[in-house]
Amino acid sequence: MAKQRRVMAQVAMVMNLDKCIGCHTCSVTCKQAWTNRAGTEYVWFNNVETRPGQGYPRTYEDQERWQGGWVRTRSGRLKLRSGGRFKKLLSIFASPVQPGMDDYYEPWTYDYETLTNAPLGDDFPVARPKSLVTGQDMAIGASANWDDALGGVSATEAGDPILKKLREEANQQIKLEYEKSFMFFVPRICEHCLNPSCMASCPSGAIYKRSEDGIVLVDQDKCRGWRQCITGCPYKKIYFNHRTGKAEKCHFCYPRLEVGLPTVCSETCVGRLRYIGIILYDPDQVTKAALADDQDLYEAQLDLMLDPNDPQVVADAKVNGIPADWIAAAQRSPVYALIKHFKVALPLHPEYRTMPMVWYIPPLSPVVDLLSSQGHDAEAGGNLFGAIDALRIPLEYLAELFTAGDVEAVRLVLQKLAAMRSYMRDVTMGRERDEQLAAAVGMTGHAMEQMYRLLAIAKYDDRYVIPKAHREQAHNLEEMACSVNFDEDPSLSAPLGESSGRLVPVAIESFAAVKAKRDAEERDMAGQA
Amino acid sequence: MEIFLWGVLPYVVALVFVGGLIWRHRYDQFGWTTRSSQLYESRILKFASPVFHFALLAVFLGHVVGLMIPKAFTDWVGLDQHMYHMGAFYGGGLAGVALVLGLALLIYRRRTQTAVFRATTWNDKIMYLVLALVVGLGMVATLTGDKTPTGAEHNYRETVSVWFRSLFTFQPNVEAMGAATWQFQTHVVIALLLIAMIPFTRLVHAFSAPLHYLFRPYIVYRSRDGQARHSQTVKGRGWDPIGTKDNEKSRR
Repeated sequence: MAKQRRVMAQVAMVMNLDKCIGCHTCSVTCKQAWTNRAGTEYVWFNNVETRPGQGYPRTYEDQERWQGGWVRTRSGRLKLRSGGRFKKLLSIFASPVQPGMDDYYEPWTYDYETLTNAPLGDDFPVARPKSLVTGQDMAIGASANWDDALGGVSATEAGDPILKKLREEANQQIKLEYEKSFMFFVPRICEHCLNPSCMASCPSGAIYKRSEDGIVLVDQDKCRGWRQCITGCPYKKIYFNHRTGKAEKCHFCYPRLEVGLPTVCSETCVGRLRYIGIILYDPDQVTKAALADDQDLYEAQLDLMLDPNDPQVVADAKVNGIPADWIAAAQRSPVYALIKHFKVALPLHPEYRTMPMVWYIPPLSPVVDLLSSQGHDAEAGGNLFGAIDALRIPLEYLAELFTAGDVEAVRLVLQKLAAMRSYMRDVTMGRERDEQLAAAVGMTGHAMEQMYRLLAIAKYDDRYVIPKAHREQAHNLEEMACSVNFDEDPSLSAPLGESSGRLVPVAIESFAAVKAKRDAEERDMAGQA
Repeated sequence: MEIFLWGVLPYVVALVFVGGLIWRHRYDQFGWTTRSSQLYESRILKFASPVFHFALLAVFLGHVVGLMIPKAFTDWVGLDQHMYHMGAFYGGGLAGVALVLGLALLIYRRRTQTAVFRATTWNDKIMYLVLALVVGLGMVATLTGDKTPTGAEHNYRETVSVWFRSLFTFQPNVEAMGAATWQFQTHVVIALLLIAMIPFTRLVHAFSAPLHYLFRPYIVYRSRDGQARHSQTVKGRGWDPIGTKDNEKSRR
């Protein structure tokens, strides 16, 4: 008998980049929720990058320099780019490749007191920037988002690792034209990879993947601050809290997720461009998939994801102890639909071989913008298709981001999106539906409309299909559970969503209070008895 | 006095050391870290830290050999005292010089780099002082401790080592240690102090040397159910409260 297939559930996210206006609401709300503590001023679990641009920390995609992710050895095995176990232990006394404060930015505040305390004088008092690290005056030279919306493009754009690579292949002329022609935003969180290289780099074994939902977390009690994870993560989404001496990272807002709420960044996204759902996969196939050729990595990762409607998969999932409501959620998963069913979402930098689980729908808007600026009808199918083919550089740029350089895969996605626009325009204008448009990209008219619904009008419950942490395990969630009575308190109208009730987040601060309350209650009970 | 220093103090230190480690392990997992300052400054650190640590490992090995292997054994294998002394003198001296150099650079860095200095607590400063004293006195003992003030030959392997081994049989040979030169005696006393301090300072990171990294699987799965419900870290040792600025000193 064949070995029983293992099935695990993974929470995943898809972001529709066409809708991102670069407002940074996700970054700010995330920061207010999670990284407004000492030592995390420069830490952005969520950040929004302008493309082309250097990203954060600057030029993090240049793995020749930063040594993140995995590489394939000549003998066909996976190896951490920064070196094997022995090398890591030998270099443990000073992490050899690690971004310094300058590669992020030196956090600062302003000397506001001067404004009110300055003695009367001829000059107007000025609040000077003071470093939050040294406490001294400083010249601000960078921030989390220094090249936002191509601000200071001549100074920062040149450092974009992807541009550098493309420039070596293309000639300068195209580059200049392309600079004018497109720009888009990429919000980034931790990828919660299936094959995380941060975890593999951790000497202490403090980073782990939760077997229930695949969220990658740092055990703060186990972390010893060796900082190898920071080198290991090619996305540089693990940060070092320089006050506690421990690694911290995006935790997919797991206290919210466990009670069925989406992450803070998703909840507050004004463009409603994020989708969260469950994906089923076979953990035993991950390493094999991560060993595919560069341009096959996208397909290999698609193959990892199991069809939640396949009866065999459902049966295997049940055997592996995945609860029925989780399987049902996987079947309704908007993320699965966008990634595998419609195949319009792509992984960020699959060539790092970490099997990232936050995927992106590449933006069509640069193409559309260019067309309209040239006076064309930017929504007509023929024009769009032609433009997608003509715009070589934006396509290659997107391909470097999302498909390890495979332009065809990106082209197909953009063509689908373009076809959907044209097709739906006919529908709204009451014209005859052009089934050929759909057929040209290998879809049907019905599928077009389904995809349109998911991309354009999906409601809260369609965008976030998040099963709760299971009831048998509920005793673990006591601390963050909200004891809200919806019948009696009219101000608390719904258990979930934007209008939900008070939540007490998991925090070391609240732990003492909760414990004191519980102890007091127990004493009272004992007293009554 | 001699009985206290060489007969009682070592056992007190051992108790504090073991008890302190257990306490720290039980109640301050969160504070158990190398507290790296590489984020602030990495140029000097990249050179000084490996030099210091590898030299420290060499010096430690040298101590193990010098203290644990009886003179009778080396005599028996035919290694005469002069050869042994030359080996220990040059080998140990070399490691010692590297150790002093590394430590000096690290302390220089800590003092001159504003960001690093601001992240230095009083605990760290006292620890550095004691550590520097131990290392310095160790060098003094290696270089000058082989002659008593009267000019007689002194071999630490017949005094310090004998005393050290006698500690493990709970029959401390106080006279042997009393016969050592002052260089060795002060080195040992300060070293005992340092050992007692280890559980309560950042030096504790030596006990998290991640050798198990060589053997564990790369990918770690853990069930949510298997988690301890709360950190064992006692109050006041975890994260700073929300709103604490990066440069605010909450630890002394």
